[in-house]
Amino acid sequence: MTVATIGDWQVSVDEEGFMTDPAEWDEGLAQVLASQIGLTLDEQHWKAIQFARDDFAANGETPTLRRMATAGGIPTKEMFALFPKKPAKKMSYVAGLPKPQGCV
Amino acid sequence: MKRLVILGAGTAGTIVANRLRKRLDASEWEIVVVDESRDHLYQPGFLFLPFGGYKTDEIRKPIRPTLANGISLMVATVEEVVADSDEVVLGDGTRLHYDQLVIATGTTPQPSEIEGLLGTEWRKSVHEFYTFEGAVALRDKLESFTGGRLVVHIAEMPIKCPVAPMEFAFLADDHFTKLGIRRSTEITYVTPLSGAFTKPIASAHLGGMLHERDIALESDFVTEKIDDDNKLLVSYDGREIPFDLLVTVPPNMGAEFVERSGLGDDLRHVRVDPGTFQSVYHTNVFAIGDAANLPTSKAGSVAHFAAHVFVENFVDHVAGRPMTQRFDGHANCFVEAGAGKALLIDFNYDVEPLPGRYPWGRLGPLKLLEESRINHFGKLAFKPLYWNVLLPGRPLPVPTAMSMAGKVQPEISEETKQEVTM
Repeated sequence: MTVATIGDWQVSVDEEGFMTDPAEWDEGLAQVLASQIGLTLDEQHWKAIQFARDDFAANGETPTLRRMATAGGIPTKEMFALFPKKPAKKMSYVAGLPKPQGCV
Repeated sequence: MKRLVILGAGTAGTIVANRLRKRLDASEWEIVVVDESRDHLYQPGFLFLPFGGYKTDEIRKPIRPTLANGISLMVATVEEVVADSDEVVLGDGTRLHYDQLVIATGTTPQPSEIEGLLGTEWRKSVHEFYTFEGAVALRDKLESFTGGRLVVHIAEMPIKCPVAPMEFAFLADDHFTKLGIRRSTEITYVTPLSGAFTKPIASAHLGGMLHERDIALESDFVTEKIDDDNKLLVSYDGREIPFDLLVTVPPNMGAEFVERSGLGDDLRHVRVDPGTFQSVYHTNVFAIGDAANLPTSKAGSVAHFAAHVFVENFVDHVAGRPMTQRFDGHANCFVEAGAGKALLIDFNYDVEPLPGRYPWGRLGPLKLLEESRINHFGKLAFKPLYWNVLLPGRPLPVPTAMSMAGKVQPEISEETKQEVTM
C-alpha cells in the first residue's frame, strides 16, 4: 500500500491505484480522479457514485454491476454509458472505493 | 435433546454432518439433514462426462449411505428459514425447529438470468455442464459435433469451480485434436474478467496456456444477451461473438429460500463472517461451502478445509465458549490441461496461486502452476478419495491452513501485473 498525491490530495492507494480508505475521498477529488480516466461527471454519475458509497458504508463491499441494477436502480446498460468499457472498475475508482471483488 | 439442522447434503453439508456426529454427544444432540434430492452428485465429474470420461453411476449415488448412523435424513424442499423463531419451513408446510442451523445448499446455475439463454437454441447449440442433465446433453451433442465455432463462456462471477470452464476449453482442444477436427474448429474463451484468471501470476500462466493451444481469449465481456436467431453472444459494449456451439456457465446463485429468509446477498449467497461462517444476522445460523458469500473460490476443496475449522469452532460455540479458529480462505484446485496432464493451484484469501510444490514442501510430489502427468493422476485419484475419505469426514493427509512451504514468489514483471488501463 502506498500514498499517492492526486492533485491537492494525499491518499492511500493499492498497487493498481484504487483508493483504500473511503474516508479520504471527497467530491473535489472525485472530479480529479474522473478527469484522469477521461470522464466528466454529470448528475447521473453522481447518483451512481452516491449509491455506491452509501452501499459500501452499509455492507462493506463495493457493489457489483448486478447490485447497481437491482438495489441502485441503475441498469447495466446505463452503467456502460456512464463509465464506458469497464464500468465496475471505473465507478469504484472515481468513488474512492476498493476494486469490486466478485472475482475469486 | 437439542437439534442441529443441516440444509443440504452436498460436499460441505455431508462432511460437516459426519464430523459433528463424532463430536457431539448423541444423547444431547440430534442431527437432521434436509436435502431435496435422494442422490448425491460428484460434481467434479461433470467436467469429464461430456467427453465420455465417466459413467453416470460413478457420479450419482444415493445420499443415505454417505451419512453416518445417528444422522436423520429428510427429503424435502425448504421454503423459508424463520430465524426469529428458530424454525425451518419445509415445502409441505412442516415447521422444523432447530437449536443450531447450518445452511449448505450450495450455488446453482440460473440460465433464466441471461436474456435469450433459455430460447430456441437451449440444449441444441447452447449448452452447459454444471448440472447432471446438462453434462449428459452436452456429451450427446459432442458426439455429433464435426467442427465449427466453439465458444466457452462465463456469464458472471463468482461461479463454483472457477477453473472448470477453462479446463473444458483445454479438454475440448485435446478431444477435437484426437478426433482430427481441431483444425476445422475455432475455440474462443469468453470471460467477464480482465484476463484468463483472477490473480495476476496464475492469470498470466493460464493465459499463456490458452495461447499455446490457439484458444482465443475475449476478456472484460459483460454479457447482455444471447441472440439465438443469429447464434451470437452479445456484450453490453457492443461486441458480438458468433457460435456454432456455445458452452456457457450461467450466473450462479444460492437457493431461493436464502433470499426469502433475508439471509443473503444479491446472488442469494448467505452473508457470513469469512473466518467463522456465522451469519452476520443470527448467532445460531451458519453457512458453509458454496452457499456462503466467502471471498474465495467456490470449490469442494474450500468446503473441505472450511469444514475442519468450522467443526472445531462449532463444538466450542455450542458449549458456550468463544470460537477461536479463523478460516484463511484456503483453496486448491487441479486444473486439467488436456493430453493427460494437469496443473495444481493452491491459494487463500491473501496469497495468490504461486509456482512451487505441494503438499509436502519441496518434496512435492505435486507441482504448482505447472502442467504434469502426476497432477493429472492426482485429479483422477480424487474421485475414490471423495466418496471414501472426504465425505465420511476422515482426515486427508494435507494441511488445513495454506502453507508457504514449497511455494516460490516470482518477481512480478510490470506486464504480468494486471494494469488497470481505463
